[in-house]
Amino acid sequence: MRVWKYGDDVNTDMLFPGKYTYTCSTPEEILPHLLEDLDPEFSGSAKPGDIIIAGKNFGCGSSREQPVVGLKTVGIAAVVAEGFARIFYRAAINQGLVLIEAPEAVRAYRDGDDVALDVEGGTITIDGNEFSFPPLPAEILAIRDAGGLLPYAREKLERGDS
Amino acid sequence: MGMTFAEKVLARAAGLEKVGPGQIVTVRPDHLLTHDNTAAIIGKIEEDLQTYGVVRPDLPIIVLDHVVPAANEKTATGHAKIREFVRRFRLENFYDVGTGVCHQVVVEKGHALPGRILVGSDSHTCSYGAVNAFSTGIDRTEAASLMLTGETWLRVPHTIKITLTGELTWPVSAKDLVLTIIGDLSASGANYAAVEFHGDVAGLSLDERFTVANMGVEMGAKIAVFPFDDVTEAYLTDAGIDASTYEPVWADADAEYVLEREYDLSEVEPVIAAPHKVDNVKPVSELAGMPFQQALLGTCTNGRLSDLQAVARVLDGNRVADGVRLLVLPASRDVLEAALEDGTLAELVASGALVLPTGCGPCLGAHQGVLAPGEKCLSTANRNFKGRMGCKEAEIYLVSPETLAASALKGVLADPRSAV
Repeated sequence: MRVWKYGDDVNTDMLFPGKYTYTCSTPEEILPHLLEDLDPEFSGSAKPGDIIIAGKNFGCGSSREQPVVGLKTVGIAAVVAEGFARIFYRAAINQGLVLIEAPEAVRAYRDGDDVALDVEGGTITIDGNEFSFPPLPAEILAIRDAGGLLPYAREKLERGDS
Repeated sequence: MGMTFAEKVLARAAGLEKVGPGQIVTVRPDHLLTHDNTAAIIGKIEEDLQTYGVVRPDLPIIVLDHVVPAANEKTATGHAKIREFVRRFRLENFYDVGTGVCHQVVVEKGHALPGRILVGSDSHTCSYGAVNAFSTGIDRTEAASLMLTGETWLRVPHTIKITLTGELTWPVSAKDLVLTIIGDLSASGANYAAVEFHGDVAGLSLDERFTVANMGVEMGAKIAVFPFDDVTEAYLTDAGIDASTYEPVWADADAEYVLEREYDLSEVEPVIAAPHKVDNVKPVSELAGMPFQQALLGTCTNGRLSDLQAVARVLDGNRVADGVRLLVLPASRDVLEAALEDGTLAELVASGALVLPTGCGPCLGAHQGVLAPGEKCLSTANRNFKGRMGCKEAEIYLVSPETLAASALKGVLADPRSAV
């Protein structure tokens, strides 16, 4: 498991350049350009189970789903940040990508530290020090448990309560 | 304790007496905005659409604006697929290539009304706070779900109160005001929050309010909203909207805020957002003399008639400096027609402007006006992110139309107060 560390205000243009937004939408089309203007090494080297640790306001900028789909496809275990921009946060819920807002854990992390993550238990351990983060609200967990927003919407439509 | 604008709108929409920050409510928005990304959105729900259809034919507002006219076969195919979708489900609010930038069109055509809730799969959906609407950006999957179900969840935001006093002094404009606020609060300073503008807002035209609300998302805001007043009412009446069709909402005097700030408009200076973050705001005077190659006037932030007029006024019949490419994108066909009729466009063209089709154009780097490595662009748009205009070795500087015009004359960045 590798940790990819980035700073504050990583915007969606850095995660997936705007020039590709109307020509790339499938995972196969997205992957070669994932994080292209932020970290050219990422796309070819990231592996399932890797973690991204970032600063404040991760995912700010345009409403752009491709980076969320891309990170989910790669198998990123979680993005741990001091904070997230709201549209990116919603997109992650809708795709089932795990985002963890844990500012103290981010600030404690130093290059090379061991990181262990327990999403269900709500803890992240950095170099032996445990930090907890609050669970998602029940309404949001229901979306995640359904497998994302569209499966959740389909369940409601089938029940006839939407 | 009273309620904020956001609390009142969301309580009403959720059928609740009272709501508070952090609470999650289910709402049925009045409208859903999508644009060229509609093709990808409907691609996610092809089978569901066969079974369930679109929940309401008047819910979606679809505007083709991001890559218009189509730049290649792929974008053309996307547009064609969207037109077919509109026909098949007899959708009522479709605006094809050339109508304008989606946010401008939504307001111009009277879809954004006081007290209403609009969501859109574009981050600058927050613009409609200019007309006292609750409007915010969502992602493509949520837009797809809304097409089927018509409902979504929203977390009730906490609210920041910004009180304005005094008046802006020409050639300082609303762009300078909003960049100043973003510079102070930071790109994440209003994350998840609603931003309410109070005080002396009567002196701000609807165009100016639009510019300010449009950039709310650049400080992370969920919504950025102005009160309803005579300016709003006059604008909506001109647009043919009867006042009986909407219900303005405003915060109670004793509503609770997480942060309060005051700005004296008469003290706002011309400012510039330097690469590569929108909150990297400095006085124009600090970078004055900086050479640049391209000047972009337009986009959902500053492409309205008053913006084009402001640039023509500063240019005052003079040609732009050699080596400066001045690109002009009227925000809509209505703006284009008005600028043709009052002579503004002829003045801009005589000064050397290259007029591009109405739409988002170079703002997102997908086509038109792409920059070369090492080039600098002054832009009236809302984002200066690395790579935003198609080249990560280029630099984008965000300015007001007035600063853009003064600089285009000199061929280097210039304080507009030195040019008028």
